Amino acid sequence: MPETARQTIYEKSRPGRRAYSLPALDVPEAPLDTLVPAAMRRSRPPRLPEVSEIDLVRHFTALSTLNFGVESGTYALGSCTMKYNPKVNESAARLEGFTGLHPYQPEQLAQGTLELMYELERWLAEIAGLGRTTLQPAAGAHGEFTGLLVMRAYHESKGRAPKKIIIPDTAHGTNPASVVMAGYQPLAVKSDERGGIDLEALRAVLDTDVAGLMLTNPNTLGLFDEHITEIAELVHGVGGLLYYDGANANAIMGISRPGDMGFDVVHFNTHKTFSTPHGGGGPGAGPVVVREELAPFLPVPVVERAADGTYFFDYDRPLSIGKMRSFYGNIGVLVRAYTYIRALGGEGLRKVSETAVLNANYVLAGTRGLFDLPYDRRCMHEFVVSATPLKEHGVRAMDVAKRLLDYDLHPPTTYFPLLVDEALMIEPTETESREDLDALVAALTAIVDEARTQPDLLRDAPVRTPVRRLDEAEAARHPVVTQRFADDQAEAPSETAAATAAAEKGRGNL
Amino acid sequence: MLAAIDADSVDDLFADIPEAVRRREPLALPAGLSESEVLDDLRRLAAANTPASTLISFLGAGCYDHYIPAVVDAVVSRSEFFTAYTPYQPERSQGVLQSIFEYQTAIAELTGMAISNASMYDAGTALSEAVILAGGQTRRHCAAVSAGVHPEYRQVLFTESVGQGPCPQVTPLAVGGATDMDALRAATGSDTAAVVVQQPNFFGALEDLQAAAAIAHEAGALLVVVADPLALGLLETPGAAGADVVVGEAQAFGNAMNFGGPGLGYLAVTKPLIRRLPGRLVGETKDIEGKRGFVLTLQTREQHIRRERATSNICSNHALNALAALVHLSWLGSEGLASLGTICAQKAAYLRRRLLKLPGISVVTEGPIFCEFAVRLPRPAAGFVQELARDGFLAGVPVGLVADRLDPVATGFGSALGDLDDVLLVAVTEKRTRAELDAFVDRVAARLVVQRSDAAEVAHA
Repeated sequence: MPETARQTIYEKSRPGRRAYSLPALDVPEAPLDTLVPAAMRRSRPPRLPEVSEIDLVRHFTALSTLNFGVESGTYALGSCTMKYNPKVNESAARLEGFTGLHPYQPEQLAQGTLELMYELERWLAEIAGLGRTTLQPAAGAHGEFTGLLVMRAYHESKGRAPKKIIIPDTAHGTNPASVVMAGYQPLAVKSDERGGIDLEALRAVLDTDVAGLMLTNPNTLGLFDEHITEIAELVHGVGGLLYYDGANANAIMGISRPGDMGFDVVHFNTHKTFSTPHGGGGPGAGPVVVREELAPFLPVPVVERAADGTYFFDYDRPLSIGKMRSFYGNIGVLVRAYTYIRALGGEGLRKVSETAVLNANYVLAGTRGLFDLPYDRRCMHEFVVSATPLKEHGVRAMDVAKRLLDYDLHPPTTYFPLLVDEALMIEPTETESREDLDALVAALTAIVDEARTQPDLLRDAPVRTPVRRLDEAEAARHPVVTQRFADDQAEAPSETAAATAAAEKGRGNL
Repeated sequence: MLAAIDADSVDDLFADIPEAVRRREPLALPAGLSESEVLDDLRRLAAANTPASTLISFLGAGCYDHYIPAVVDAVVSRSEFFTAYTPYQPERSQGVLQSIFEYQTAIAELTGMAISNASMYDAGTALSEAVILAGGQTRRHCAAVSAGVHPEYRQVLFTESVGQGPCPQVTPLAVGGATDMDALRAATGSDTAAVVVQQPNFFGALEDLQAAAAIAHEAGALLVVVADPLALGLLETPGAAGADVVVGEAQAFGNAMNFGGPGLGYLAVTKPLIRRLPGRLVGETKDIEGKRGFVLTLQTREQHIRRERATSNICSNHALNALAALVHLSWLGSEGLASLGTICAQKAAYLRRRLLKLPGISVVTEGPIFCEFAVRLPRPAAGFVQELARDGFLAGVPVGLVADRLDPVATGFGSALGDLDDVLLVAVTEKRTRAELDAFVDRVAARLVVQRSDAAEVAHA
């Protein structure tokens, strides 16, 4: 890491240095005390950085070079669909006609964005094979929460109050966490030897207390659950609903629609499937599509088109669950998703999924024999291998991941799904060329060879990154989560102890 | 490539999908377009909007049209930031990790709190999380929420608390637009997990946070403050007043309005609450050579480790929006932030003085304000706003319209302010020049005169 980057921007701050310019005050100045009385004003200014504009730009440019994005190289992070983010999306999303809209400006002055929302809602419904869409959710997990509350409202409207949601053991961690936020109890079912839901285990837990089942299909093993229609029949048979976690929808666009599989509620991650940038951890968007029967429960507002062709927000939906966020959705993100779908069309989207699956199978074939393959089947858009065979050399999946960083590749997802020991989850996406895929295979091959012959290379890796392995245990033991300023009062040990004790006390059953 | 994987056709790869659920006909979507055509379509849509940013706008209510310095887009457009994902591999993610650490620091400094997380989606969802956190900490089941909290945030809280509570109850405002502290106290009891107020509140009134803190803490509840972080450049921090959790919307820092999203929710807590924090948190540490570095920390709170026992389901947050906010705040510094706030406050005060001199316009928000205030018009605000829009002015937010279309239990204000149909909420940013403010006052006066003469004619007829 360059020495300058290791300083925070607060450490680069120098009193009196500044970057800002502001318009001069052009109205008659009232004494500040008459605006905000002294008693209500802050006693000490916030310690924000004092830097020049070039200091600022150099600081963040230096930081950016320490980071790795899709444009830096292959980023086969399973379940995250790190595809290329087309530049035209950015051109579209930056048009002031979109960015400058205020959420409360009159609807007749926002007809373009309302039309975009209206069309995008319908396109997503077509891709899902279902009826109506809400664009409100800000991320995939937020979409799960939304969909589960819609399911809950639907059951209540039928006079039912089932308590449980079934989740397979391959599910993303967000699934059980969202289930709890929606007031349900998660109920895990195990997978069978083919990597799908174990039908016997499913039958054993199905009863009328089941509100629904959440499933990613293809699942997090990258495998399509061949029993999906049977699963749907079983769940519907006890009055439950089927929720589709769209994290892996990049495998099925135009090839199989969740609605046709029997799902009732679907969320998409636009930042995975529809090429909106991941932003270093967001913003994404998690639109939710539901079967027509569930549409009355969607959050308000939804966009409608009047007989005269104008678009408007419909708030008059008495069965609606309410609102899942302020305003209408991550519109800036959704403009990019619209642009992507508009550019590709139905045919283009199908090719995306075909190529994503082809690329994953190509890497799967290339890496055959390097690792254990717990479920040796054709994969969909991603696959999971186990690095267990490397344990005899004292090497773990984590070490393989860290060594990949030295090859300037972003590692796969590690230690997930939980049912695979030493899991490495590889998702190349459709936007990698054959040469890129060959390079990924070559790197994995070389690393496995290194594991056998020079395992220290892996255990010591990475060595070519801005920092080497970081002490995460120390970070958690003594959290330092903000800048320590020179003028901070030295914290008395007793105070730390008291705070820790209070925190421990507050932890309850965690 | 097919040969390498021993497949005859691409179709073969999908053999695991039962034929009954295979889609053989193409998706019913418009045909694909070339890049120039698709951009033409997007330009057509953008041109069908008349963005507030190009008009003389007084719209606010949680989304503000502040100038965004050029450096912000220059930084957030760096693909190493915007095409990366959550920093699961810290050795190659120091850029985003360090920027989050710096963002956490800025939020902590602004709010006067010890700990900020890495960001939330928006203020509404941050408020929901804050109340859930308070429920977990106190093991209580209710929340007393001032009607001064933005009605949309309250609606989100009501919607999202259906699952695991605590159950919110709205307490009314007093004359003048601030929280009725007696009513807030009456609604706070032994099962109250959180007392929630907003600073400045929805009507722009400045709340007495110390009074709210006393009400909360005497009952053993946590004080949750929804605070405008731009105002915190001038105002006493919620932390100093005794807040336990501070949340809010930081869109005003470096993020375009974008029709209301993506914004930037923030959430900050006192030190004892750190292990209840939802979402990502970055901490400082060292690598094996002793070099300084940053990592995601206390991850055992989070869904990918703790699953159903996580503090929240949040995974993706608004990291890029947080970066934009950090860059804008670094550009401003504390002096620039205070100046910006002062300019907005001076202009808002000037406009309020002038509007209140017009016949027929009366005061709603009394006392000190920051950059936003409400006035009562002599006629329904919704129609008035439509008329002014034709003149090129976005006059403000008709308060009745915003609250009416949501659940009245969640979004009411109480009876002290009277009928809200005539109430207009006006926000002023540094973008508004004196000439624009004066022209707006003149136009409002003219519209009111037209209306009075219309009324006279009707009376005469």
